[in-house]
Formats: sequence, structure tokens, C-alpha cells
Amino acid sequence: MISYLPYPVRIDDITVETEDGNLKTFKLVFENEAQQKAWKHVPGQFAMLSLAGQGEIPIGIASSPTEQGHLLFTVNRAGKVTTALHQMHPGARMGVRGPLGNGFPIDTEMKGKNIVIIAGGFAVTTLRATLIYLMEHRRDYGKITFIYGARTPGMLLYQKELQEWAKRDDVELHITVDREAPGWNGLVGFVPTIAGQVAPSPENSVALICGPPIMIKFTMPPLEKIGWTDDQVYLSLENRMKCGEGLCCHCNVGPTLVCKDGPVFTRSQVRQLPLEY
Amino acid sequence: MKVFRLSQAELDDMVQQWSTTRRVYRPATGRQQPAQADCAPGWERAGDGAPLTVAAGPSKASVKTFLFPQPETMQTYSLKSSDPDRALLKEAAKAADKQIVVGLRPCDARSVQLNNLPYRDDPYYQAGLVRTVMVGFTCKAMCSTCFCDQMGGSPMATEGLDIAVSQLDDSFVAEALTPAGEELTAGLDLTPAADSDLKALAALRKDCPQPDNARLDTLKGRDLNTLYKAPLWQGLGESCINCGACTFICPTCYCFDVQDEVVRGAGRRIRYWDSCMFPLYSLHTTGHNPRGLKMQRTRNRFMHKLKYFPDRFGPFSCVGCGRCVQDCPVNIDIREVISDLLTVE
Repeated sequence: MISYLPYPVRIDDITVETEDGNLKTFKLVFENEAQQKAWKHVPGQFAMLSLAGQGEIPIGIASSPTEQGHLLFTVNRAGKVTTALHQMHPGARMGVRGPLGNGFPIDTEMKGKNIVIIAGGFAVTTLRATLIYLMEHRRDYGKITFIYGARTPGMLLYQKELQEWAKRDDVELHITVDREAPGWNGLVGFVPTIAGQVAPSPENSVALICGPPIMIKFTMPPLEKIGWTDDQVYLSLENRMKCGEGLCCHCNVGPTLVCKDGPVFTRSQVRQLPLEY
Repeated sequence: MKVFRLSQAELDDMVQQWSTTRRVYRPATGRQQPAQADCAPGWERAGDGAPLTVAAGPSKASVKTFLFPQPETMQTYSLKSSDPDRALLKEAAKAADKQIVVGLRPCDARSVQLNNLPYRDDPYYQAGLVRTVMVGFTCKAMCSTCFCDQMGGSPMATEGLDIAVSQLDDSFVAEALTPAGEELTAGLDLTPAADSDLKALAALRKDCPQPDNARLDTLKGRDLNTLYKAPLWQGLGESCINCGACTFICPTCYCFDVQDEVVRGAGRRIRYWDSCMFPLYSLHTTGHNPRGLKMQRTRNRFMHKLKYFPDRFGPFSCVGCGRCVQDCPVNIDIREVISDLLTVE
């Protein structure tokens, strides 16, 4: 039986991620230890963040299942609930309901393959969870390529971690910003351009791409040119949601429910769907 | 199964007896009367001694209000700063007392079964099913807007009912079909139906329109994108004013919205009927709307009922009650939509 009752959690820590202050990462700790232990998620899944008196919002889980004892959610301040959440302080109580959705196929189609992760803007959140998971299970996967871009250096999320990952020799990192910026010595250019330059081989590979629709649209042609097919590419859809359990119908894309059948789909699956996302 | 024969007076007496220990509801008789405080709009409490008459065709308001109340309180909480449990959501107590719904039609009884396909793991709907006993009236005739036989039902069908009451020439036959139905008839001084009554009932059932799935089932094999891109939606979307009336009166429209409501520090999270006819239904916070056009929303409702739902669960999400045909302000007729869809190439 479905339970719509959120687990009570406390905000343990809040990190302002970006220079515009619009993105914050909330570290949440369960009030009930048994619930914390029972919680199991897969990278790419989401959860409902619940604020009493405000409502619930579906947000991708930014922490990897291997990071135990807490959950991370990076939230963009955009609407009613996210604005209220951004005004909260550590110690405050809120709720989490989930995990919901399918997640990336870490144990099936991704296993033993080279993994190419391509992220744009704050869509990187569940891909952070994925990358950390992959690094914790490094032997189960082939070469890992991580391409991530933001408008400016100050809009990159997880900057400390990016620096640490850059030191590793088992992950190929390509971090880019849209335009030249003072103090920035890294790559400059849009994500599709960089993806074209990196040109990851499609052989025995899987790509996970999350970002604004325009980025995904322009990232695909350079990949297709070197042989990537739609079956190898995983995308994550977002739509307005209420229940997250496949009942309220809000998130339907034609016959497909983003909350239950997704949010992760192959690009060939997405192309079969009506344009309702 | 037990079958009884009742006169109008005996039928009234049976309902009266039920109402002494339980809540019994029947379709509201006078449209002018304001809704009763403890009763969903379109329904009223039975047991006031008035003779039970059920008008031809489906009740004005569908039965879904009893299983999917408007609104359903899911959780409660306190926002008072003095409360140690401040902002802690707690499961709201679910109503458990039995309720008896009298006078629903076979189409509505079937809608309960259809909605149970997506709602089989929903705790509120399931609790509603347990507490609700359904005493339905089969239909002697179909109204001009009825088409249950086209949607897999029949005017004399009993599927989903606990007790089915059928009208014979000068009396009623009540079939207690389930343990809950038999429990209601137990202990009452009822006359078992005579062989002649059973024969009359069998004849009614034989002569009434039978479920005819052949015509519509061809839709199930059709390619989704072909139907989705059919030109008919453009014209339909131009006439539809997206008022949402069809979705609220529809017994098989089951989508909902969830909102928080706080009054003087006491909060509750409720769910209540929503409508895919409204732009807000699919609007993203960014301002992007995947179904921003009126036509897209009109199409979504029909495609959900006639393609998406059957592709997922088997049957169509429509019982042919015809309420939407009766009440649509711009005369959109789902039967015509179906006919048009069947001819899409």
C-alpha cells in the first residue's frame, strides 16, 4: 500500500552553491533512525520534499546511496515551496517522501560499460549522485567521462568536489563555462561544443545527459556523428507532479507517467512520446 | 446469492431499517435543495420516510464522491510554535463507519471497479471500498445519452454492486450479491423471490442491450501517435472551453491535486479533484507548459480515457454514463469523438 506520509527530517546543513544565491544544497537527517536505515535509493531517483503549510515538491536526490546518514537535495529557488525552503535554517523540521521513480540503470545497462555523463546547469544534481556511486564501485564500470558546464564559474555546483574529482586519474573531467571569465583557467564553450571536442567513443558506452532541453538538442548531433545511438543515451524528464506514485496523473507525457515510468528514459523512448514535457 | 421480492413499501422499509444504524445515501431528489451539511452535493440522506424513487438514467452526481471524497484529508499537523510536534505531519484518521449508497446505476458501479485499477494500492480508496456498501438499481431502459453497452457494460449489469435492485412490472427484485449485501438483508423479514420473479428477471437481462466491445476494441490496437496527431483534435479543441465540468461529473476521472491548508495554526494536507482541462494542471514553475494549448488539454482527456488508460490497464476509462454528454456547455459528445477516432487513418 502506498504511504503519502513524509518521513520527518531535520535540516542539518545548508550550502549556498551559486554566486546568485539561488541554489542551495540542503543536507537532511532523518529524525527516526529506523527510517533512515530503511531508506534505499538509486542515483537518478527523486523524492518529495515536504514543508508543512506550503506543500510538496519533487526534487532529484543529489546524494549517492553510498553517502550514508543523510540525504542531499540541491534546490533552485523558483516557486512557492522552494522559496519557503530557501528561507529555512538548519535545525528546522521538514519532510521527505520517497524515494520515487526508476533511477539510472546502474546495475543493468550501465554495468561494465564506459560511462559518459553530460550535465548542464543545475541539472547536474542526480548526476553528482551517480558519479559518486560509480567512483565507489569503480571496478564495475569502464572509463568514466564527466562533462559539466555552467554559465559562469560562480554558477558551477559542488565546486570543492569538482576540484577533488579533477585530481583523480580514474575519472576524465571536462568542466566548462559559457564565456571567458576573470580567474577562470578551464574550458570555455557551451556543453555541446565541448562534448563534440571530447568525442567520447560510443563503443560499449552509455551516456547520461541532463540539462536544459536546448543543451540536449545540440549535444546529440555531434554524438550521433561519431556513432552514438538513441538507445545508449539516458535522459531524465521533469513535469509537474503531485503524488509521485502514478495516481494524480499530473505528470503524464501522453501514456507515460514521468513519476512511475521515469523520470529516466532512453532517448529512443523519449522520441516515441508526444511532446508533452 | 440470495434473491428477494419486495414491494415499494417493503423496499422503503428496508432502507428505513438500514438508516437506523448506518448512514444511508440516495441521489438527491430536488435539484433546488441546498446540499445537506453531512452529505456530498447531489446526494442526500435516506431514511426520512420518503418513498425511494430513482429517476431514470445515472444520478446527477456520480458515486466517486463516496470513495474519493472532495476533499480527502491525508495528513494533519500543527504550526503553533508552542507545539513540540510542530510541522510534524501525522496520518489523518480514516473514516471507518459503514456507509450505504442506494440508487446508483450499473455504470457507476462499474466505474468503481475501473478506478480501482490505478487505485489498488491507494490506502484512502481502499478504505473507502471497505466501508461502502453499494445498493444499485439496474436500468429498465437506456436514456438517449446512455451508452454503457458500447463501453463494456450493460443496463442490467450487477458488477461492483453488493445488492442489485431490479424493477419488475409491479414489484422489485433484490439480489444480495456479496457478503456485505447478504449482511444487509439478513435479519430482515424479506420474501424470497418466486420462480416467476426469477424468470422475469432473467428475461429482462436477456432482452436488454448486451456489452458490445467489438467496435471500440479496434481502438486498442491503433498506433498511439496516429490517434494523437489526428486532425479531429483541432476542431474539438476550438469548441471546448476547458471548463472542466466533464471531469468533475465523470465517474472515472480520478486525478487529484494536493494542497496544504492552515487555519489558525492547525494544518492539513488535502487532496481533491483536479482537472486536466486547466492550464495550471501541467504548468511548470519556469512558466513552461507542456500542454499550454486548449486543444492539447482537450485531447489529453479523451486520449487518457480511450487510449492511455486501456493501454495500461485493459478497459477504457469510460462507463458510458453520458453525464458529460448531458452537461457539456458546448455540446461535445464523447460518442462522436469515439466515432471520429475510429475513422482516423
